[in-house]
Amino acid sequence: MQKQAESILLTPESNDDVQEILRTHERLHVRGGGTKTALCRPADGAAILATSGLSGILEYEPGEFTFTARAGTPLREIEAALAEHGQYLPFDPPLVERGATLGGTIAAGLSGSGRQRYGGVRDFLIGVRFVDGQGQLVRGGGKVVKNAAGFDLPKLMIGSVGRLGVIVEASFKVFPRPQQYGTVCCAHTTIRAALEQVARLNRSAFDIEALDIAVEDGRPVTYVRQGGLASTLGARQEALRNWLGSGDILGAGEDAAIWQQAGDFAWLPPGTTLVKIPVTLNSIALLDEFLAAANVERRYIAAGNLAWVSWPHDLAELDAQLTQRELGGLVVLGETAWPFLGARTGASVAARVKAVLDPHNRLPAL
Amino acid sequence: MSTQELMAELARRIPAERLLQRPAQLAPYESDALTAFRSRPLAVVLAETQEDVIQTVRLCHRYSVPFVARGSGTSLSGGSLPVPDGILIALNKLNRILRIDIDTRVAVVEPGVVNLDVSRAVAAQGLYYAPDPSSQLICTIGGNVAFNSGGAHCLKYGMTANHVLGIKAVLPDGEVVQLGGNSLESVGPDLTGFFVGSEGLFGIALEITLRLLPKPERYRTVLAAYSSLAAAGNAVAQVVASGLLPGAMEIMDALAIEAAEAAVHAGYPRDAAALLIVELEGEEIQVEAEFAHLLQVIESSGPDEVRVAVDDADRARIWKGRKSAFSAVGRLSPDYIVQDGVVPRSRLGEALATIERLSRKHELRVANVFHAGDGNLHPLILYDGRVAGELERAEVLAGEIIAMCIELGGSITGEHGVGMEKRQHMPAMFAETDLEVMATLRRGLDPAELANRGKMFPGSEAPALHSRGPHPLEQQGIISRE
Repeated sequence: MQKQAESILLTPESNDDVQEILRTHERLHVRGGGTKTALCRPADGAAILATSGLSGILEYEPGEFTFTARAGTPLREIEAALAEHGQYLPFDPPLVERGATLGGTIAAGLSGSGRQRYGGVRDFLIGVRFVDGQGQLVRGGGKVVKNAAGFDLPKLMIGSVGRLGVIVEASFKVFPRPQQYGTVCCAHTTIRAALEQVARLNRSAFDIEALDIAVEDGRPVTYVRQGGLASTLGARQEALRNWLGSGDILGAGEDAAIWQQAGDFAWLPPGTTLVKIPVTLNSIALLDEFLAAANVERRYIAAGNLAWVSWPHDLAELDAQLTQRELGGLVVLGETAWPFLGARTGASVAARVKAVLDPHNRLPAL
Repeated sequence: MSTQELMAELARRIPAERLLQRPAQLAPYESDALTAFRSRPLAVVLAETQEDVIQTVRLCHRYSVPFVARGSGTSLSGGSLPVPDGILIALNKLNRILRIDIDTRVAVVEPGVVNLDVSRAVAAQGLYYAPDPSSQLICTIGGNVAFNSGGAHCLKYGMTANHVLGIKAVLPDGEVVQLGGNSLESVGPDLTGFFVGSEGLFGIALEITLRLLPKPERYRTVLAAYSSLAAAGNAVAQVVASGLLPGAMEIMDALAIEAAEAAVHAGYPRDAAALLIVELEGEEIQVEAEFAHLLQVIESSGPDEVRVAVDDADRARIWKGRKSAFSAVGRLSPDYIVQDGVVPRSRLGEALATIERLSRKHELRVANVFHAGDGNLHPLILYDGRVAGELERAEVLAGEIIAMCIELGGSITGEHGVGMEKRQHMPAMFAETDLEVMATLRRGLDPAELANRGKMFPGSEAPALHSRGPHPLEQQGIISRE
């Protein structure tokens, strides 16, 4: 790909600065920690608005299990503050160790394997402040865990990829972190066997923190993570393995390592393109046939609700395949001028919302 | 005259028995569970198919006639109050469960499906639909979606928005759109989540894809009695801070206890000033261990009495008292106003003390039955509309409670929505720009403001009159104001 001209870098330090920038620049591209490379590449002539100067936790009262932080705050910092009080972000955001920020995670709409237990980033964001395309500072939602007042603007920011406004501040609810985790893993001979095991677990009453199918050297392996009180975890793991009929129980150290690696996409070949594809358990078998034939690395997380796919080939080919299967995708890592792949739902509503929040198209197209 | 043309067109498409126009037919639809407001629609369309809804909306759009969608009419904020001389689209008969997929834990339903019927349909497979508004025996999924309904069990798994994966909807201009899909994950702005809680202003949901959850293996429930409401509120903060994550945490005050006892004989300690109910759920071995910890936390919070549910019947009794408390309290007084503001959980004790003080100041009884775990208050202000000045005092008191919620950093509504009732409080919670952007978004989807006109935004004309007394369904104990 051709090297493009350097973009102007703007580093606002206050919400006022962000408003001023939105009012005075024709073309902007928002960047948080820069970890989601495919979403950070500005079009020619667009200035980069970096959120690095909009950093820091504004409010955190541990007894309340909520916090408010500025958008550029690294998740590492937030997770560390929460961990001091035995709390965590249950949606398990990816790329934390690489420097992902709170705002970038909201805008990219990314959750990790741990979303299995209580839900994704959409389920934990309770309030947001953003600057729209006309430079207006807008607040939606609130700071309490339950709130039905006004339109749910926070939801609109989830997955908006910096194209509806610049998130400057966000409030989240959090949960107490399980005392201890453990994982049972099972190797399978076919993807269908792995999918059947996930379906069986879906029909069960086990409390499961994460449920992934990793395809390792062409062989599907299911990873079933449990969490809770240290005093009962061992017995629960035994019960789960007996119910599954097979599997290896991984100890606490090994458990922590494999999930850390999953969150950092350690399985990705270096320099590869990573695509997020929302799927269902029913759509995986056919998709996997195609991916296996293309010989690409992949992982299905959250009981078959999301495929992470490494795609070393031409993205147009994947785009066509996804469209044909009525699936959508988002390029997260790699180089691309347009990150959305495959089928899109709600395009007309998205266009209407875009026309309201960014009528002069100062932010990239959606 | 455009309304005549509209009626003629509707009459061509909708059979007469499903197109109500006579005053006697319209009367039952003049208000919802917020009986203080009442207005008469031009006609009611009893939709049976999605096509009925789409055609009606398109005709309303063509003739610029406002419309309101209605499920079972249980809205406590006046959300389904008709627009005078508009069309009311009743969705109770659009109530098919279209698809259930046990393996992926998903159900696709039409908007008129009753909340509890979703859980009933999948109970044999060990699944359930989590949001449980106390009107769940009668309220519909369409209404739940419009108002992002909550319930007693929102603490762990969230409100309606957290359980809706996809929506097929007709927009106010008649365009049919699909938002989201069957996956828990999505790409692009979360338009499904944006639609949920839009109070009918973005159009009408025709098909809703719901996430189902596995029924917990075990529940453990404890009831603790306290000598003051503030002590019970502080106990909630202690449980929250303990690191436990209960499925539900509810508080009732003396007035509510008395009423519930009189109504269903739940066996509550009658002399308590406040009762706290805490319930844990999950895998048996884990729940048993957590429950031991919970009991220690409760013991250290200074209760007068602690009772543990020993079996399912015991648990059912505790919940029956709780779930009937609202309608029971309603019987203590000819009229009442209910609010559902939210405060930060760590400030519950303070909030409850303030409500007690306001109650004394205005010389009106206030009963409290509420979702303590997420700070969602439900003060029930009792008054007698026949006594001059009582209604006005009750409204002042209600306004002061809402102001307190905002001051403590909370919200004017946790689950009932803004509707007609709380429109005037929106400017206290949101800045002018916030409201203007919301209004512009609304016009982006509905330039003529036809869908549920007059709701949510302050300053819209108020079409309704004050009336008194409980809703007929409420009198029969079918719905309650919770």
